[in-house]
Amino acid sequence: MNETTNKRDHEVGHRDGQTQAFLNARLVDPASGRDEIGGLLVRDGLIADLGPHLRRNAPENSTVIDCQGNVLCPGLIDAQVYSGEPGQEHRETLKTASRAAAAGGVTTIVVMPDTEPVIDQVSLVDFIQRRARDNAIVHVHTMAAMTRGLAGEEMTEIGLLKRAGAVAFTNGKSSVTNTRVMRNVLNYAKDFDALVVHHCEDSYLSSNGAMNSGEVATRLGLPGVSQVAETIVVERDVRLVEMTGSRYHAATISCDASLDVIKAAKARGLHVTCGVSVNHLTLNENDVTGYRTFFKVRPPLRHEDERVAMVQGVANGGIDIIVSSHDPQDVDVKRRPFQEAADGACGVETLLPAALRLYHSGHVGLVALLKAMTCNPAKLLGLHSGRLTKGAIADIILVDLDQPWMVNKDLLRSRSKNSPFDEARLQGRVLRTLVAGQTVYQYASGQDG
Amino acid sequence: MNQDADAQLKTFPHRHFLSCDGLTAPEINFLLDLADEAADRNRTVDKKRDVLDGKTVINLFFEASTRTQASFDLAGKRLGADVMNMLVASSSVQKGETLIDTAVTLNAMRPDIIVVRHHSAGAVELLSQKVVDCAVVNAGDGAHQHPTQALLDALTIRRAKGRIDGLTVAICGDILHSRVARSNINLLNAMSARVRIIAPSTLLPSNSDRLGAEVYTDMWKGLEDVDVVMMLRLQHERMDGAYVPSSREFFHFFGLDHEKLARAKPDALIMHPGPMNRGVEIASTVADHSRSVVREQVEMGVAVRMAVLEALSANLPQT
Repeated sequence: MNETTNKRDHEVGHRDGQTQAFLNARLVDPASGRDEIGGLLVRDGLIADLGPHLRRNAPENSTVIDCQGNVLCPGLIDAQVYSGEPGQEHRETLKTASRAAAAGGVTTIVVMPDTEPVIDQVSLVDFIQRRARDNAIVHVHTMAAMTRGLAGEEMTEIGLLKRAGAVAFTNGKSSVTNTRVMRNVLNYAKDFDALVVHHCEDSYLSSNGAMNSGEVATRLGLPGVSQVAETIVVERDVRLVEMTGSRYHAATISCDASLDVIKAAKARGLHVTCGVSVNHLTLNENDVTGYRTFFKVRPPLRHEDERVAMVQGVANGGIDIIVSSHDPQDVDVKRRPFQEAADGACGVETLLPAALRLYHSGHVGLVALLKAMTCNPAKLLGLHSGRLTKGAIADIILVDLDQPWMVNKDLLRSRSKNSPFDEARLQGRVLRTLVAGQTVYQYASGQDG
Repeated sequence: MNQDADAQLKTFPHRHFLSCDGLTAPEINFLLDLADEAADRNRTVDKKRDVLDGKTVINLFFEASTRTQASFDLAGKRLGADVMNMLVASSSVQKGETLIDTAVTLNAMRPDIIVVRHHSAGAVELLSQKVVDCAVVNAGDGAHQHPTQALLDALTIRRAKGRIDGLTVAICGDILHSRVARSNINLLNAMSARVRIIAPSTLLPSNSDRLGAEVYTDMWKGLEDVDVVMMLRLQHERMDGAYVPSSREFFHFFGLDHEKLARAKPDALIMHPGPMNRGVEIASTVADHSRSVVREQVEMGVAVRMAVLEALSANLPQT
């Protein structure tokens, strides 16, 4: 990081035609399994070349960036980000979400359709794309609602929405309880090879639940959400996928029993995948003790045994992707009695350093960890980023894996500050983020947030 | 009971009184001893003292309650405090004022002690974090804690039986939604009593066996040789098939009648936090039984609340 520039964040300009040479880097490409010392050239927004032969040598007239042995890897793809735009801009806009993402090494965010109005029409997909083009500093894709208004009743125009650019179809934070509707959505989506992403929760079982059901909930006197409320829906959906042959992704699972169902479905050759939020990999229900509403998320944080099972799932590939489940909530809806407080945790900016806890603890290898946040979500959503190869788009990040720091929620770039990692000690820092070859974030030493 | 430890305790070492979870036997005995004196004094003609003279107590009830509020009201007045009762109906919460706003508003009125009841678990603790220079007493928060109820139950038991440690206490009924049950389990465990909980599975919280109580779904077995039978109130809205099929079926299997009571020790106490649903969780004749101490519980309620207010007032800032 010896390039002489004092500009920060997205102000560092794009230099068309010029070559940026990242030398002396630890190149990590999860897609190919590459992990070696070398260099990488960026030209015209693309990766022009990479490999060990570029460790010390840069072509003439190129801007040289000495990576000092730090990790150079594909920028992360966060497949579950709730923004407040449109309708809830006081919580988050595409602009603020993208700045938080850039600072966290996330070069692509996929926003969820839980907005006001709900993203269930072509014009709204178009709106997101235009707002993102004008205001966001990372790539923004949107999922579209699979039922109108996310009401779980009538199917949306899946074909037209997909053609407009929706990368997947989801019912957002709510589950489709009507099995016939779910079957029809899956059946119809198959004709367009559209991916159906579902939040699995039996709302009858989970109704009024505020946290994981179990000893902690019993002691706190809070109504619980049992794991079965999740697993029962995963099982139902897998049966429907078996019947329809569609592509299905369980958005965020939180317990071992659900993972078992997914694994069994994969073993039967179904197009079934699943994700987990970084919160469920690094936190557990004990964090809720003291009625700490910043730890109130959906699905709820589970018992430590389930957290460990989720970590193993990432390590052995049973779980396909890790998401931040970034859900900005303002103070007013969080500083309430636990049961009345809103669900959701901010997280796109801390996704990578929080996930790196698993690497530092020795439970998940670096390549397996990054895979779940780069090439796996790219493949799932049909994106061309998420890999370090010649000719690929230069969405890359430079990461110091070891740098320790303490999160200060007030320095996070998100418009809302409901981070469960506030004051957490994390290890690993994004030094630079490039989106299509352009530096959109650069760490300045001494900067805490 | 460790008498040495009791002797050492000159003051109650907590700023607020929020939960029975974590209270130690010496702390509980300290409050019970204080309450014992108050109970005796309450039976004399000259009931009034001046230990809270000049102090302001606000009873802030977000959930209607007749007896707990009256009990705190009387307790504060008998100690000489200025007591203000506020019933914040749920409608004004819907008007938009949050609990935090309420705390800020109350702070400005400079109370010394706030007694709070709220329908949401953890709400009283949240409020206690936002007040300045004043003590907060939990008068019941959701299904979490109702510590003064457990304290009055303990005093009632201690006065009737002469001790708490070594006794077997059965708590019967809607454990799932009961803050009274949770507080009692905590407190009775701290006092070395054996606790049983008796309920149908639909009214037991998950992992209830981890609370420090033996779990029974058969009331006849659960009452075998117990020293104290503590009944809980079953809310009417929970009897319509949601948790139990009918009040008739509930009474048959989990109502305290003479037949089931016969399983307990011959001198077993019969307790109920009130208000009672006669014929639902307790037979009318059992409620009026000579071993029923329901009226003493109400009497001890005033005494323990006096003890709590007095103990907390000793820790208030002096300036």
